[in-house]
Amino acid sequence: MEKQTPSTMDIVNRGLARRYRKEKQFKLLGLSAIIASLMFLVFLFGSIVANGWTAFRQGAIYLDITFDEQALQVENLRNANYGKLIKTSMAELFPDVSGRSQTRRLNKLVSSGAAFELQDMVLSDPGLIGTTKLVRLPVDDEVDMLLKGHISRDVPESERRISDEQIAWVDQLVEAGRLQLEFNTTFFTAGDSREPELSGIKGAIMGSMFTLLVTLALSFPIGVAAAVYLEEFAPSNKWTDFIEVNINNLAAVPSIVFGLLGLAVFLNFFGLPRSAPLVGGLVLTLMTLPTIIIASRASLKSVPPSIREAALGVGASKMQAITHHVLPLAMPGMMTGTIIGMAQALGETAPLLMIGMVAFIVDVPGSFTDPSTVLPVQIYLWADSPERAFVERTSAAIMVLLTFLICMNGVAVFLRKKFERRW
Amino acid sequence: MGMDTVLDMGDTFLTGKNTLGAIDSVVEEKVDREDRTTVGTQFVDDARMTCRDVNVFYGDKQAIRSVSIDVANNEVLAMIGPSGCGKSTFLRCLNRMNDTVDICRVKGEILLDGHDIYDKSVDVVPLRAQVGMVFQKPNPFPKSIYDNVAYGPKIHGIVNSKTELDGIVEDSLKKAGLWNEVSDRLDEPGTGLSGGQQQRLCIARAVAVRPEVILMDEPCSALDPIATATVEDLITELKEQYTIVIVTHNMQQAARISQRTAYFHLGDLVEVGATDRIFTNPLHQLTEDYITGRFG
Ligand SMILES: Nc1ncnc2c1ncn2[C@@H]1O[C@H](COP(=O)(O)OP(=O)(O)O)[C@@H](O)[C@H]1O
Ligand SMILES: [Mg+2]
Repeated sequence: MEKQTPSTMDIVNRGLARRYRKEKQFKLLGLSAIIASLMFLVFLFGSIVANGWTAFRQGAIYLDITFDEQALQVENLRNANYGKLIKTSMAELFPDVSGRSQTRRLNKLVSSGAAFELQDMVLSDPGLIGTTKLVRLPVDDEVDMLLKGHISRDVPESERRISDEQIAWVDQLVEAGRLQLEFNTTFFTAGDSREPELSGIKGAIMGSMFTLLVTLALSFPIGVAAAVYLEEFAPSNKWTDFIEVNINNLAAVPSIVFGLLGLAVFLNFFGLPRSAPLVGGLVLTLMTLPTIIIASRASLKSVPPSIREAALGVGASKMQAITHHVLPLAMPGMMTGTIIGMAQALGETAPLLMIGMVAFIVDVPGSFTDPSTVLPVQIYLWADSPERAFVERTSAAIMVLLTFLICMNGVAVFLRKKFERRW
Repeated sequence: MGMDTVLDMGDTFLTGKNTLGAIDSVVEEKVDREDRTTVGTQFVDDARMTCRDVNVFYGDKQAIRSVSIDVANNEVLAMIGPSGCGKSTFLRCLNRMNDTVDICRVKGEILLDGHDIYDKSVDVVPLRAQVGMVFQKPNPFPKSIYDNVAYGPKIHGIVNSKTELDGIVEDSLKKAGLWNEVSDRLDEPGTGLSGGQQQRLCIARAVAVRPEVILMDEPCSALDPIATATVEDLITELKEQYTIVIVTHNMQQAARISQRTAYFHLGDLVEVGATDRIFTNPLHQLTEDYITGRFG
């Protein structure tokens, strides 16, 4: 009747296979999660780059422009008819083209902004008048799209915005070496425009820069000071607990709420200008402050108390112990937190919509109160535009924004690695 | 360890003592374990620091109960006792380092050269310049060796010129017995030194502000035996110029370097006396229990 009880080793061994199987399954699960997220990322970046890289090239047409004195009415250079110069030049290239509507179709190949470029040239150098010069001018965005292959020639003529006749002219120009794709400097030197070929992101970049400067100048000192006070000076009581909870809550408030607050307080109450980077910066300051305070407090906490004791022990005052020892040691962490906060602010759209930074603004802003937009809002605006050429510009602007963000995060990682200290 | 165990062990000890006449012949009768009034020579004539009826509380919890003791001029006073008995707490009262602990309250009177250091009018900054401190774990600033030592003199404005500062740094490092090892690399980080060197650097840093009293909280507990021996020699030398109060959990160390020893037990100062006498012939039963290794 004696039943043999299995030894502990037997029981353990029997369960072993199952345990290892579980472990393997868990590992596989984690690995597939990583792979899935990597694939999403690759897909995201891939589609953005695939859509956007063509925007960095732009069709340019080379025309022999004769700066005719008669046509320019020298006494009034500003109001002269520069478009006529282009039309004359085009007519010389295509002598067969006749009739009002055909001529108009021919001239549509050149961007409507070309006339302004000629005007700028003449205004800056009146000596050009009376001479003939080979000039590089932008082409219309439809021609640009055709050159880049975004408009298919196989599509029936009625369904594309460029006619067979125009395609033939374009081919002739390309053959003559007068029309080609070149690096798109306009994209980096111009503000927004209704014409895709004339639009650029400089306005948005400058707007973002002014906005971030305001944000940085306000949120870094305020955030650090608040963190130092809370961490080093504040007595630990109900009030500080209350403040701490609220700062953490503030970090979780949806950003559009800060936009509404900015609208109510800065615009309506204080009467600051709409669409201004100054107000955008103020709103983003409210939004990034909690991030910076939390990061700064964590970095102050990580400074070992022994350093404070060492300083106090040789007779440093509390202020000296903090400014001479604690702050320098906590600074890399604080800066990392600030950069991450800034990166958040750079990518923020919603609160800025509320204070009018979503307006269509052609001029590149030159100060903190000039109306302007910012990079993510520019992306939003372009994504909303119907022209095919704005699709690639949207993606290109995203690429620029991502480049900035990656650089900022790179700096944050670099700082963290460089000043990482072990005690 | 609760009091019960201590008492149990005491019973066996008592019975044992009756059979061992040798111990009896040294001292007539030990003070009973339940009696916590300080026995021995807690007061001296040439006192540098005078502590009277000091009580320390962490919140509601009392960590030090009515301690009265003098620290004599140019002596090494060792404080021993089981861990958690309040040695560090008491030591940190002597330069008001406890001020940094929010919940800590100190009652009683602590005089340095006749002035109450807890008086409202006393500023802790000059006090800590007078009463320096060396901590348990070496804690050099993550700066150069030179800057570590120069920091104190700089903030107190002790020096007027760079050469004077150089002099103080050299002098302090020599006093700490570190000069020969680091004289050619003063601009290297202090944190790059070995543990023993770091602790001597901390001693040099404390010495550089020319304190009168130096407090040391288990300065050798993080060091290896050789580094410990070096620091002990150093303490013996420093005694010529400074008054030193040292906390140690190492009884041999207390025996080697101190002139007087104070034994703390669960917040009470149980016994004070000449070190030789304490270790050969303790007056209090608890002291004897501790030095014979009954608890620690
Ligand atoms: N900062 C503090 N907050 C609360 N209690 C403390 C603090 N520091 C020490 N204590 C308590 O005071 C008692 C004495 O501690 P301490 O002076 O560090 O002992 P020792 O140095 O003799 O080991 C212990 O019971 C300890 O728990
Ligand atoms: Mg201690």
